[in-house]
Formats: sequence, C-alpha cells, structure tokens
Amino acid sequence: MKFRYLPVTEQDKKEMMESIGVNSIEELFADIPEKVRFKGEIDLKEALSEPGILKELGRMASKNVNSGEYTSFLGAGVYEHYIPSVVDHIISRSEFYTAYTPYQPEISQGELQAIFEFQTMISELTGMDLANSSMYDGPTALSEAAMMSAGQTKKKTILVSKAVHPEAREVIKTNAKGQNLTVVEVEIEDGVTNLDDLSQKYNDETACVVVQYPNFFGNVENLAEIEKIAHSKKGLFVVSSNPLALGVLKPPGKFGADIVVGDAQPFGISAQFGGPHCGFFATTKKLMRKVPGRLVGQTTDDQGQRGFVLTLQAREQHIRRDKATSNICSNQALNALAASVAMSALGKAGIKEMALQNIQKANYAKKSFINNGFTVAFSKNAIFNEFVIKLSKPVKEVNEILLQQGIIGGYDLGRDFSEFENHMTIAITELRSKEEIDNLISALEGVK
Amino acid sequence: MNNQPLIFELSKPGRISYSLPSLDVTETVLNELLPNDLIRDEAPELPEVSELQLIRHYTALSNRNHGVDSGFYPLGSCTMKYNPKINEDIARLKGFTHIHPYQSEDTVQGALELLYDLQTSLEEITGMDEVTLQPAAGAHGEWTGLMLIRAFHEANGDFHRTKVICPDSAHGTNPASATVAGFDTITVRSNEKGLVDLDHLREVVGEDTAALMLTNPNTLGLFEENIVEMAEIIHNAGGKLYYDGANSNAILGIARPGDMGFDVVHLNLHKTFTGPHGGGGPGSGPVGVKKDLIPYLPKPVIAKDGDRYFFDYNRPESIGRVKPYYGNFGINVRAYTYIRTMGPDGLRKVSEDAVLNANYMFRRLQPYFEAPYTQHCKHEFVLSGKRQKKLGVRTLDMAKRLLDFGYHPPTIYFPLNVEECLMIEPTETETKETLDEFIDVMIQIAKEAEGNPEIVQEAPHHTVIGRLDETTAARKPILRYEKA
Ligand SMILES: Cc1ncc(COP(=O)(O)O)c(C=O)c1O
Repeated sequence: MKFRYLPVTEQDKKEMMESIGVNSIEELFADIPEKVRFKGEIDLKEALSEPGILKELGRMASKNVNSGEYTSFLGAGVYEHYIPSVVDHIISRSEFYTAYTPYQPEISQGELQAIFEFQTMISELTGMDLANSSMYDGPTALSEAAMMSAGQTKKKTILVSKAVHPEAREVIKTNAKGQNLTVVEVEIEDGVTNLDDLSQKYNDETACVVVQYPNFFGNVENLAEIEKIAHSKKGLFVVSSNPLALGVLKPPGKFGADIVVGDAQPFGISAQFGGPHCGFFATTKKLMRKVPGRLVGQTTDDQGQRGFVLTLQAREQHIRRDKATSNICSNQALNALAASVAMSALGKAGIKEMALQNIQKANYAKKSFINNGFTVAFSKNAIFNEFVIKLSKPVKEVNEILLQQGIIGGYDLGRDFSEFENHMTIAITELRSKEEIDNLISALEGVK
Repeated sequence: MNNQPLIFELSKPGRISYSLPSLDVTETVLNELLPNDLIRDEAPELPEVSELQLIRHYTALSNRNHGVDSGFYPLGSCTMKYNPKINEDIARLKGFTHIHPYQSEDTVQGALELLYDLQTSLEEITGMDEVTLQPAAGAHGEWTGLMLIRAFHEANGDFHRTKVICPDSAHGTNPASATVAGFDTITVRSNEKGLVDLDHLREVVGEDTAALMLTNPNTLGLFEENIVEMAEIIHNAGGKLYYDGANSNAILGIARPGDMGFDVVHLNLHKTFTGPHGGGGPGSGPVGVKKDLIPYLPKPVIAKDGDRYFFDYNRPESIGRVKPYYGNFGINVRAYTYIRTMGPDGLRKVSEDAVLNANYMFRRLQPYFEAPYTQHCKHEFVLSGKRQKKLGVRTLDMAKRLLDFGYHPPTIYFPLNVEECLMIEPTETETKETLDEFIDVMIQIAKEAEGNPEIVQEAPHHTVIGRLDETTAARKPILRYEKA
C-alpha cells in the first residue's frame, strides 16, 4: 500500500463491494454522466514521501526571510510578540484541533468552556457586556460590525475614519457593495481622525462611526470626543482595537462604544504571513441578539451540573438561513483557544506589563529618533507601540539596505497614502531590545 | 467526573504564568506618555494562575473533548478525516510562521511559490481557470463567489438579476451568503430521488436569475446526475452556476465542477484537504472561476513572472478585497502539504475509498432504518429515524446514545428536507473494522429502540455531563463569567 492515510486493503475492498452488491468501484460512480467524467489523471506533481515533503516544503520555507532570524520592525496590523511556550503545547492537543464545531455539547465541554472563557476575557479587555466566540480576523469583524450597525439602525451610510487600517476599509467597501450601503471616509489631521470633518459628514443617514484605537498610524484617538459625535444622532459607535493596548488604555466600553472588534493575534498567534489570526466581536446586551457568529452560553444538565452550549442560535445561518444576522459558519476557534491560553498565561499582571513595555519602548524609540534629528510625523500624539518617521528616500529602498544588516524595516505608509511618501511606520514591541532600537536608528542615519 | 472549574475560579492574586524580559529602556512616568483620561484605571479581570495550573486546566478541558484522533467522527457534510501530523510540522516551520504579510515580495518568494502552486493545483483539481486563496472559510468563499457573479452581471449592464436559486437541501450558509451579497433566495424543490426537480427549476428560473447554488454531490450525498441539463437551463437563462465544494471529497480526480458547467467554485480546504477543523476553524475557502469572471477576482492575485512570484494589484474590475493580507496562509500550507503527499493517484483513491466506505455502511444499515433515497450514494448518505420515531425514539436520542459508545454522532436534522435525518460521512481514512464496529452499535441502538427505548431516550449515560438545558441557556443567556 502506497498511502499511509488510506487503510482500505484489496481484501477489504472485495468484501465491501460484495456486501454492497457491485463488481467494481466504477459502478458506484455510474450516476456521473459520461460527458462530465474526468478521463486520465489530473495534472499534479507525483506524491512525495514524508522525507521528500520535509525537504521540498523545507526548501520553500527556507527561502523566506523570517523574524526568527532577522530583527523586525514591521507591524501595521500584524505584530510579533512574546508567545508563551504553553500556547503551542495546548493547541497541539488533538482533542482540540481535530474536533469540529461543538454541536454535541456532552463530548465538547472542553471546547465550549474554553470559548466561554475566551468570551469572558475579551469582554473584560474591551469593557463590553459580551463577546462572541470569534470571527475570521479583525478587518472582517469590523466589516460585520458596520453591516450590523446598518441592520440595527436601518441607516445606509457607514462613516469610517481614514486612520482605520486601509485593508479593513477595503473589506468594508466590498461588503458594503453587497449590502447596497455607502461608505464615506473621514479625513485625517495630524495623524488622527479629523473631528470637524467627522461632524460635517455625520447626518441622519449615518449607521455608524468607525474608528481604530490606537489607529493605523499608531496614534491614540480621542474616543471621548468621537463618541459625542457618533451618538449625536441615531448612529452606533464602532471601535476597532488592538486588544493588547487595552492592557494600559482605557477600554472603548468605558467610552460608550456599541461594538468593539479587533484581532487577538497579539495574544499567542504568529504572524504566519497574515493568517489565520483571530477576529473578536464584543458588544452590549442591547445588541446581543444581532451578533454575528457563534455564542457559547452557560447552563445546567439534567443533574444540575454546570455546562456550556452553543446558544442564541436563532441568529445563525443553519437555523435562520437567508434571514440570519451573518453567513459565518466556521470561525477561528483554534486561534481563539491560542489567544485564551496566551491571555491566561499573561494573566492580569502580564498583559499590563507587556502593554507597558510596548508603550515604554516605543516611546523611547520615538524620542531617540527625534533626539537624533529625524522627522517624526504627528509627534505630539500619544502612541502605543507604533509611530511614523519621515525619511529622505523611498521606504522600499531603505528597507533593502536594512535587510543587508539583518533588519526587516517598517511599513511603507506611502503604499496607501500618497501624501505620506517616504514615511515609515515603525512597530516596537516588548521583543525589541534597546540595543536593537539603537541599531535601527544608526542604520537609518544616512536617510534621515 | 467533576466539573472543571473556570480558569477564573482557579485564580489567586500573585500567581503568574509568563516570563517577559525586563524593561531595558529608561522608564517614563506613564502619564507623561498618555493623558490621564486615556489610562486604564481598572485592570481587566484576567486569570492569575501558575504555569502548571494552566497546563492542568487546559489538559482537563481537552479530556472533555472528542476529536478525530479520539475516535470515529462520521459528521456528515464536514469530512472529518484524519489530520496528518506532518502538516502540522510543516506549518510550524519558522519560514512559514515568522513571516509578515508586509515583507517585500523578494523576501517571501518561498511562501508565494507555495501559494501559487496551490492555486494552480486547485485549478487543475476543480477544472477552473483561476483561483483566489483569500476567503477564510466556506461561507466566506460563497459570499465572495456571489459577489463575483454580481459584478459580472452588473458589468454587462444587467442589474435585474436579483435572485439566487438554492435547493431545499442546501446548507444554511448558501441562502445566508446570498443575502449578504444582496440577493434574494428562491428555493427549488428536490424530487423523490433526492435530486433537484428539473421541472421546478425550469419554473423558477428566469430573467431575474443571477445564479444557481449547488453542492454536487448534494447534501444528501447524491450526485446530481442531470447536472448537464441543469447547467444548460441556468446558462440559457443568462444565470451562472455556483459550486459549493463542501462535498468535493467524493469526486477528486473523478469529475471536475469546471467540466460540469460550473462558473464559480469554492472549496473547503479544512474539509477535503485536511486543514484541521480546529474545534470550528480556522478554515480556508478558496474560490475558482471560469475565464469570464477572472477580471472580478479579489485583489491582489498571486502571479508569476518568469521565476519571480508577485502580488498582482492591477485588477481594475476587481470586486476589491475580501480578507486582509492573503487569506489563511497557515491552513493553505497544510492543504498544500496534503496535496503534495497524495499526488494525483492518491487523491483519486481518496474519493474512491470515501465512496466505497459510505456505500458499505449505507447498505449494511439500510435494513434497520428508513432510507429515503436508495441509489448508490457518494461520500455520505442519509437515513431517516422515522421508524424509530414511531416507537418514541427520536434521532436526537439515537445521536446521544452513540455518545455512550465513544462515537461522535452523525450530523442530525440536516438537510431539512429529510424527516429525523441522520447524515453519515465515514471518510476514506477509517478502517473497515471501525466501520463494522459502528454499524454494530447502530444496529444495537435500532434494536434498543424497539425493545428498550428508555435506554436510548435517556442517553447519554457515560459522558462527563448529561443533556444540557438549551432552552434556559437561550432564554436567560449567560455569555461570560462574572466574579461573584
Ligand atoms: C454543504 C456546506 N456548505 C457550506 C459550508 C460552510 O463552510 P464553512 O463552515 O467553512 O464556512 C458547510 C460547512 O459546514 C457545508 O457543509
């Protein structure tokens, strides 16, 4: 036998066919019209042995410059953080990763309880009443929040700040097209949402105001002022947030946000080229029955023992079909587990300490750039772990030079904002040492 | 077994389970960095446990969970096949986990090569002209595909195609995705053979038809043998044919949706191509299209120029982005590893064995249960618990009784058009011995329903917890822990 995942032997096959009452496997496929039957062999590479796979895929992996070997200053929505060793040990337990959606609660209590704990942790961090069991990623969660706002308010315009991640804005636009909604972007001023422009664009048709906290430039938005505008008429207030930042920043829930979304990637999930990560979705009790995706609830069994089940399923596609609050089915359960384990490992003290290290180190770096004569954009703003510097050369060229020195440079802001050509967003997490920061500054000396 | 406390209940102030390097820069007073009104004053109530406590907690939880590695998991429509361990090893290589989506293309040529080769392989497997790997799961792929169809019609000045037709046996995500893409759903009936009723299809199709969404084999595990005529009916009316690839495990190397006349296809890499199900995700739901829909694919598309791979953003008619970055890369790596492990002959054997296993179980169980459709099935089949229901034993009871024997039950009460439905998908990775044991248990339960219905009605008897009160859960929702 050639295939270690396929246990049917010739003897088995013979016995099974006899039991079915057919003489050949082909008979089982007789209902496929001749015309559409595939003749010959599909044109794929021949099967590889296990050592062959390791070699071939190992070759592809080794072609990639990775942050295990290079010092990375890339962020812009995806961050390299400390991943407690326990995370991978737990998510490698196959009772978790080889299970599916916990439809049978009696044999899925592990998953259900882990999700219930995840929902609790996200609610705590965001300062919201409740959270769901996960979404695909931060940007699609944000897009769902915008769509849900339109559904709830029956309004047709989504106001989104240009300081929200550009790819998230793109996803919202694609989604809005399907729902026949209008997306209006709010201008930025000095690296934060322009409140005058927001006030002007806000009107009776506004379904929601969408901002990011900290925003795409790393700056901390003035949620208190934005909330006043967002709630001045019928619109909802939607905040996309880096959950790690909420270890030190006042949570959006305290500012009256109606929906808080984001990506739990900073907790225990590697960058892995952009996915899978782990979207989260938190909201108020008032909006509970409009939430997209799965929710786990606590209940009891026939003996009065505490247990957990999927609940409020009347919102979901398998029950409500075309009237469901979303089409989401599979979500990011295993990554929600990874995030839960990381949040548990960091815990109350660790999340605060890690968040503080980010803010301290990023501010050290920002100050050092200024002291060394660099132009730091929007420098008056408070930041979390990112800031923007202006260089004398295109970021792409600069990053090529940095790479020679073992450094993965920052994000090229000019990619999305023509007014920010030669601007680089630099992310500093707890993993970057003072020495690495100082080295980056020296390496950029010639292009300031 | 006792309840496992919540991790919050295990917490004690002062315990930690992390190890961060100490701060090596001069510390600044926090309120010089952040205005006071932005500083969090109340710490989130997160766990405070030691590392061993944490490990014991999650180990205890894992022991309260059933996966494919724990035992047979014949959950229909979900393709709960074995998840190869080498996939996990490969996906954890540093060159795959520690790469950032915004690194320059030159520094991620290996990742791009892999994705490009995966795209090409999926094009060949499905018979489509171009594939995008952006969508995160099946439902996300459905919505993406429908948005492509909408863009196609609108580009032709065709703004009145507002209806998507779905069979009554369709998965819930099909109509839900149609709604999210801005369409209304029309339901087409199944006939007595469990196949789409062609006369009814002719009736409901029209100038307002944007698309027909179809799973083939369908969700009853039956091949839509009139697929060529159906394609003709839809295409003649100017509509497009959408293929929900959740059931591709039945036809690898045997028939390709592209050759059946489908214009758009999504695949569930977490089903057919062994991306692990993860307790409900993450998945990956690539979408393949025929030539006339290529211009609308989400941007960017991974392309190749000589030996160099790159992101092609130059797609002026694209529907835009559906997912940040480039899809669920980690799942795509696993699926690619699987395809390279199996090769063309291996994939074909996957489907042959999946169909053989399903038919074997079907015929052995048929005498004991109602079988609403009797032709050969493909990779899965449905039974009805109607006969047992008359004895007071519902399909739900039989599912719960299976738990006592260490099995994950089949999918139940889906598709909706089969009364007391049991939908069984053994997959190709199970041995005949496992199938035989399961068959024996099913027969035993059918007999219990006749002679000793209470034992079934009161099941499960051996699980860590009994049947849970779902009504109260929904009526008085408790969705998070709150400190007493
Ligand atoms: C037939 C069918 N279509 C679509 C889906 C949705 O796929 P996903 O859960 O990946 O979104 C499923 C999965 O449950 C399915 O069985």
